[in-house]
Amino acid sequence: MSNGNSLKTYKNLLEVRDLRTHFKTDAGIVKAVDGISFTLNEGETIGIVGESGSGKSVTNLSIMRLIQSPPGKIVGGEIIFENKDILKLSQRELRHIRGNEISMIFQDPMTSLNPFLKISTQMVETIRLHQNISRKEALAKSIDMLKLVGIPAAEERIHNYPHQFSGGMRQRVMIGMALSCEAKILIADEPTTALDVTIQAQILELIQELAKKLNTAVILITHDLGVVAGMCDSVCVMYAGKIVEKAKTEKLYAHPAHPYTDGLIQSVPRLDKAHDGKLFSIKGQPPNVIDLPDCCPFHPRCHKVMEVCRHHYPPTKDLGDGHEVSCWLYIDKKEHPDA
Amino acid sequence: MPNNKEKKPLLEVVDLKQHFPIEAGFIFKRQIGAVRAVDGITFTVNEGETLGIVGESGCGKSTTVRSIAQLYKPTAGSVIFDGLDLVNAPHEQMLDARKNIQMIFQDPYASLNPRMTVRTIIAEPLDIYRRRGMLDPSVTKESIENRVEDLMERVGLNRAFKNRYPHEFSGGQRQRIGIARALALNPKIILADEPVSALDVSIQSQILNLLHDLQDELGLTYVFIAHDLAVIEYISTRVAVMYLGKIMELSRSSNLYKNPLHPYTKALLSAAPIPDPVIERKRQRIILTGDVPSPNVERFGCYFYDRCPYRMEICKNNIPPMKRMNEHHEVACWLYE
Ligand SMILES: Nc1ncnc2c1ncn2[C@@H]1O[C@H](COP(=O)(O)OP(=O)(O)OP(=O)(O)O)[C@@H](O)[C@H]1O
Ligand SMILES: Nc1ncnc2c1ncn2[C@@H]1O[C@H](COP(=O)(O)OP(=O)(O)OP(=O)(O)O)[C@@H](O)[C@H]1O
Ligand code: SF4
Ligand SMILES: [Mg+2]
Ligand SMILES: [Mg+2]
Repeated sequence: MSNGNSLKTYKNLLEVRDLRTHFKTDAGIVKAVDGISFTLNEGETIGIVGESGSGKSVTNLSIMRLIQSPPGKIVGGEIIFENKDILKLSQRELRHIRGNEISMIFQDPMTSLNPFLKISTQMVETIRLHQNISRKEALAKSIDMLKLVGIPAAEERIHNYPHQFSGGMRQRVMIGMALSCEAKILIADEPTTALDVTIQAQILELIQELAKKLNTAVILITHDLGVVAGMCDSVCVMYAGKIVEKAKTEKLYAHPAHPYTDGLIQSVPRLDKAHDGKLFSIKGQPPNVIDLPDCCPFHPRCHKVMEVCRHHYPPTKDLGDGHEVSCWLYIDKKEHPDA
Repeated sequence: MPNNKEKKPLLEVVDLKQHFPIEAGFIFKRQIGAVRAVDGITFTVNEGETLGIVGESGCGKSTTVRSIAQLYKPTAGSVIFDGLDLVNAPHEQMLDARKNIQMIFQDPYASLNPRMTVRTIIAEPLDIYRRRGMLDPSVTKESIENRVEDLMERVGLNRAFKNRYPHEFSGGQRQRIGIARALALNPKIILADEPVSALDVSIQSQILNLLHDLQDELGLTYVFIAHDLAVIEYISTRVAVMYLGKIMELSRSSNLYKNPLHPYTKALLSAAPIPDPVIERKRQRIILTGDVPSPNVERFGCYFYDRCPYRMEICKNNIPPMKRMNEHHEVACWLYE
């Protein structure tokens, strides 16, 4: 990897290659994730955006090998972390990676905290699962973590049950727990979707600050293009189980290449811009990912659709500087297969 | 909206309060307190405009529109619709006026009966009012059938899907069903409670455009709730910013982003992410500390006092009155007295 224009040398930390995760259902095979590749560098924050059902959560559950099987199965690809393929690790090695090396924050903090156990019990157990320290040391560490994430009167509040905390406080506890193991990678799946904007701002600031301090790489899953703009160094745009575009954040917003990305950015009402009349809108709705034929999955909604789009999935084109797009518009006509 | 048209208020909400009792005791229930969901708010909505209500979870947005629709009996205050005080009007008269007030909800899953076909769902308000004998006698079973098909077409649903059930539709389509149903009785005003919050960005813009077109065509008036400031700014003529059951600021929508006055509005606006990395990285955020406090206690000072970065001595024990700064802008904050 080159150093770009910053002084820091980026080390490639996680590499996902051609990952495929499918689910067997009564209606057919759901190709939830269907051949995606991306690289996460040390200390980098990467965003994964896309509509509901596009495969964002399945991607990250696959990285953690948390896909329930059956019905799910990782049917192909490699996930290289520190020169090892996560998909080939034993259960013991996996347990070590989860929490120690890669930790995760889920969307709904209430479902990931046990309602019947005190916050203190849960934090201490989580820490002791990964670190060989005494109960007392773990408690002290937990209190420090709560202080770090801004819970007032942490010494007392740590003995509360989850329901005694507000949604924002619970989410901060989750972040505290996820970061307390000083993992190299933090995967945050819609960490602020259920929260108010003022609380969201607090939480995002917190993730950003702690990630910088501990040099944690972050994979941030969200459907909010505003959140991505402020938080991420680069972005993967997912549609129907594929990454259709990938770029540095500034590049993506300034020069979106894929018609879907372009439409998405234009569909968002903007506070800072005057508007008259109508919003841009992408017609139709996302496809069902069951038995999707070999075509561009966006073609029924695309205003630039060509005949070839209806019959073949477009190859990925490198536009330079890490900007990649999967769309026939960027493939030389001479190279189009006959439709 | 063209401003040469004379504006006249279609809806007036005056000092509305909606408190929910908190009860204790097992057999002998007694009231030990109240959730002050809406705690004295006043505003008007003019014919043909959209009043946006924005604010954080629990600030009383839904309760406000539910009280307007008379789903609850308000604790105090009045709701004057088209000259009639709904709170104190005789029941029949209130029901008749209610025809003109319809609601759309956030969750298209929860708000549509899963066992009813789309046809039955859309026609239900018509059927109910017809059975009560409160519709024009010219409305027949057949004309209702036609009306349902017209409505489906109008909101962008294929009329061939009339006999399908809600689960066969996507979230965006379900929201269209909810809109068709709300339009069935030809209402004057629609109270929309977070109609696009559960939808994906690309579907959200479709629904916002639909609501925009319907307003133009049918001359509808909207009260529109959202917690997304950009959505509110886009759809509204005027915006009310709520906090803990109170209105903090009331402004013409186009002024709000350029010139927010209340410290809470400023914080809210600065926290709302803007989908542009160049702007977003340069922005100064006002990060509020702490969480929204409980609405269960009576307050004697500014409701925002606990979290306000600019609070002064006077704010602690005196509730700031709503002050009119100019024709289009009102604010309740001691900084402006
Ligand atoms: N256990 C499962 N069985 C069958 N299908 C599944 C299962 N889990 C996920 N899927 C399907 O995989 C696809 C991708 O789901 P995923 O949860 O990754 O979407 P997402 O992008 O995270 O969406 P959201 O924004 O709604 O969280 C969806 O079509 C979903 O229905
Ligand atoms: N029927 C009820 N009984 C008791 N308390 C209620 C009732 N309805 C609402 N509340 C309370 O009143 C307050 C205001 O609730 P409301 O639903 O109006 O908020 P909101 O602004 O719509 O929030 P959200 O953005 O989460 O929808 C909350 O504290 C809520 O818990
Ligand atoms: S491949 Fe074709 S249909 Fe797909 S986005 Fe590009 S132009 Fe549109
Ligand atoms: Mg998800
Ligand atoms: Mg509500």
